[in-house]
Amino acid sequence: MAEIKIPVKSGIVNRLGLGIDAYKGAVSTLCQGCGHDTISRHIMTAFYEYGIEPHRVAKMSGIGCSSKTPAYFMARSCGLNAVHGRMPSVATGAKLANKDLLVLGVSGDGDTAAIGIGQFMHLMRRNVDMIYIIENNGVYGLTKGQFSATSDPGSKQKWGAVNQYDSIDCCAVAIELGCSFVARSFSGDHKQMVPLIKAAIAHKGTVLLDIISPCVTFNNHEGSTKSYHHVQEHDEPLHAIDFIPYYDEVQVDYPAGTTKKVDLADGSHLLLKKLDQDYDPTDKIRAIETLAKSKQEGALLTGILYLNPKKTLHEVEEITNEPLYKLTEKELRPPKEAFAEIQERFGWGA
Amino acid sequence: MKKEIVNDFTIEVATVNGTGSQTSNLVITKAIAHMGIPVGPKNVFPSNIAGLPTWYFIRVNKDGYLGRRREVNVAVLLNPTTFAQDIPRIHPGGAVIYESEYPVTGTAKREDIIYYPVPFGRLASTGISDFKLKKQLTNMLYVGVLAELIGIDAAAITGALRHQLKGKEKAVRVNVDTIEIGRKYARENLKKQDPYALESMNGTKGKVLMEGNTACAMGALFGGCTVAAWYPITPASSLSETTEDLFEKYRKGPDGKKRYAVIQAEDEIAAIGMAIGAGWAGARSMTGTSGPGISLMSEYVGFAYFGEVPVVIFDIQRIGPSTGLPTRTSQGDIFSTATLSHGDTKHVLLIPSTVEECFEFSMLAFDLAERLQTPVFVMSDLDLGMNLWLTDHFKYPTKPFDRGKVLTEEDIKKLGQFERYRDVDEDGITYRTYPGNAHPLAAYFTRGSGHNEAAAYTEDGVAYQRVADRLSKKYETARGFMPESKTDYVSGAKVGIVAYGSTDQIVQESRDILAKSNVKTNYLKLRSIPFQLSPVQEFFDKCDKVYVVEQNRDAQVAQIIKLELGPEAFKKMHSVLHYSGFPIPTESVVEEISGKKKKHPPSQEILAHASMEGGE
Repeated sequence: MAEIKIPVKSGIVNRLGLGIDAYKGAVSTLCQGCGHDTISRHIMTAFYEYGIEPHRVAKMSGIGCSSKTPAYFMARSCGLNAVHGRMPSVATGAKLANKDLLVLGVSGDGDTAAIGIGQFMHLMRRNVDMIYIIENNGVYGLTKGQFSATSDPGSKQKWGAVNQYDSIDCCAVAIELGCSFVARSFSGDHKQMVPLIKAAIAHKGTVLLDIISPCVTFNNHEGSTKSYHHVQEHDEPLHAIDFIPYYDEVQVDYPAGTTKKVDLADGSHLLLKKLDQDYDPTDKIRAIETLAKSKQEGALLTGILYLNPKKTLHEVEEITNEPLYKLTEKELRPPKEAFAEIQERFGWGA
Repeated sequence: MKKEIVNDFTIEVATVNGTGSQTSNLVITKAIAHMGIPVGPKNVFPSNIAGLPTWYFIRVNKDGYLGRRREVNVAVLLNPTTFAQDIPRIHPGGAVIYESEYPVTGTAKREDIIYYPVPFGRLASTGISDFKLKKQLTNMLYVGVLAELIGIDAAAITGALRHQLKGKEKAVRVNVDTIEIGRKYARENLKKQDPYALESMNGTKGKVLMEGNTACAMGALFGGCTVAAWYPITPASSLSETTEDLFEKYRKGPDGKKRYAVIQAEDEIAAIGMAIGAGWAGARSMTGTSGPGISLMSEYVGFAYFGEVPVVIFDIQRIGPSTGLPTRTSQGDIFSTATLSHGDTKHVLLIPSTVEECFEFSMLAFDLAERLQTPVFVMSDLDLGMNLWLTDHFKYPTKPFDRGKVLTEEDIKKLGQFERYRDVDEDGITYRTYPGNAHPLAAYFTRGSGHNEAAAYTEDGVAYQRVADRLSKKYETARGFMPESKTDYVSGAKVGIVAYGSTDQIVQESRDILAKSNVKTNYLKLRSIPFQLSPVQEFFDKCDKVYVVEQNRDAQVAQIIKLELGPEAFKKMHSVLHYSGFPIPTESVVEEISGKKKKHPPSQEILAHASMEGGE
């Protein structure tokens, strides 16, 4: 149990004049060395560095170790710890009520891929403007070590049982269903995670970040495909990621042949530097194919798998820009004439 | 012929569903209203798209009693499958209009009713030339025959058609022509022998014919709901669909964009989740459903109760348990909804008994949800929700919205502190902030797990008990906000009747019938759970015997009253229960209280059951 430490010198503030302390949460009660705490640290770093006002953020989660974490970062943001597997619906409702909220959902692999797979899939279809982080460790932690639906076939449980069932790849599901930003990363990869979260903030539409986050207590042994050791061995980044925020006026030079510049909705940019292969994250078919191949080979592809902006739920539904919760009687209650007109419809032609 | 019976009888139309008879039935209903005669229809339909039996009962009553009567006086029977089962339901002296091809044998053969055979099939094939419209127009033939026999005037029918067909003159003309074929046949071939007749009067002026679901949707519009999430289910779908229709027409901003969101969710769990998320973020939000949806929402409702999130839930009750009879009415969800979800839970239920109350209670529900920061249920039912009820024009709401206890950034600055679950006012209701409030102390964490006054996670049993006890206190505070039970005392009466919801109308009529045979009764109409205790206690004190009339098997509200008032009240209680899926008929209350309970042939209560099997 410890406060999640962020390596920032005291006295330093971000563009809003806020120090890192303004982004801290309660003391974490997760196990020492839990990948989830590392993710919380990346979230705080990203929101602090980007300079997002904490009160604008709504932290939504379901049930499980992962879903406890919103209490451990950004205490100045409102949070809602929903029922198991149903975070997508409350997040959708909150965003509909107040479109100015920056909705950050945190879920786990059980919460998303098992009990919550239905709501997860429908959220991906709707393209609600929000960030959805899966802290994916392939195991049920709070209930002590059962397999989850993202456990790979052949992966070993702590007590030796071998998973017989195929795993659900949440990224593949999300891409198939039209999610507009899909990325995978590893909790231990600070250099990749922080720019990914910043890009998620800058994007408009649903962002799915599937973060492999090893469970040190129940799934960190030999034979597990989600142990620190296994993930480090099999991590294959698609590209190196750099994030340039919209307010940063610095002109960045980059070699066009090996680096791809991606524009984000709020005016920020991503620089994706080519590594082993030339990967185009805007190609849906290619993304699905690449994921399927990597699964066959047992590789863990990380980076931006798919990015293709499209209309958000608010845009499709043509909902006004004023946050709905702010509307008063004046705007909401139609006048007497409308009242009479409606009732006229229910006459009988007299 | 016997003495005429004017403006006081019930018409039954039996057809096969999917043939378009609904339009004809609505035209008959509206035409009668057009003549100024109070009219109340009950649609008894199957859970099916086409091919199964469907019945439509139209009650006309000059005194304005429009609840269901068991007695059927004039029947239009056009379903060969149920013909022999429908005939026995006709009251002696009544009449039947039917397809002359049907064999009048067995149970279909009676000596005490009048038969009007009409060759509908032949009239359709010789009289209707428009092939495309043949199926629909065929049903207009019986409108003509019936109109001629009971005296619905032509101008009223034309007016009703215009209203029903939204003024499409060509369509109106084709229908009028077809109706005339039926009229002509009746005029030339049938001799009026039954006593039932209509005469124009002045009993519908200033009224409308509206379904409860429409009134609830109006309540959502005028009550300021901005987020509605729902999943299709009979008999609640029309509530959400009408809500969306009304919002689309009356709730757009100056930019032409929606000042609302109506989302069809993937299931009822997602629907309630969205509504709760929106309520949490400060919008007035709702979901509309029926029993199976309520069951699915159970876990999330417990969350909203414990996390104290405002949300409005409409339950248009149908027969359960499980899928039950999806298209039949019931008051069977009261007890389970009052304590919905696991653990100690107590919910606020508003129970409208008229279409007007559907409107008023819907608006009130949004106020109460925010005032009490808890889920508020509006308990309607299929009969109230999906049938047309003659109702006075509503009163335009003048009361401002009650947004409850909400602290702004400025408020917290002044107070210097904020704890989400601290009972500052000692009424059990705490203060909240909307997410997005910029004050550094404004944010809090809402959770379904154990929490203390500061909304922090806790497993401390003492802290848990404090919260649980405060929620109980809040429930007691809620009583004071509930619409008061309506009582009507008659001097000298020692017999009391307690009823609620759509049962109200038949109780009112029953009391008048009983009074005529010198049985005086007092009446208490319960309008909410929880209820203000003293009027109910006083009612039980004043009566020697209290009949609690309900449309469920387990005497659900009687049980709640027993829990609230204790064993003394229970000793006086007698339950009148009705749970066939049909709206409760007036006769059942009159017979029970007057001690003249008759045994009714099953065909009067349960329609043609054999032929309904096999349909979903």
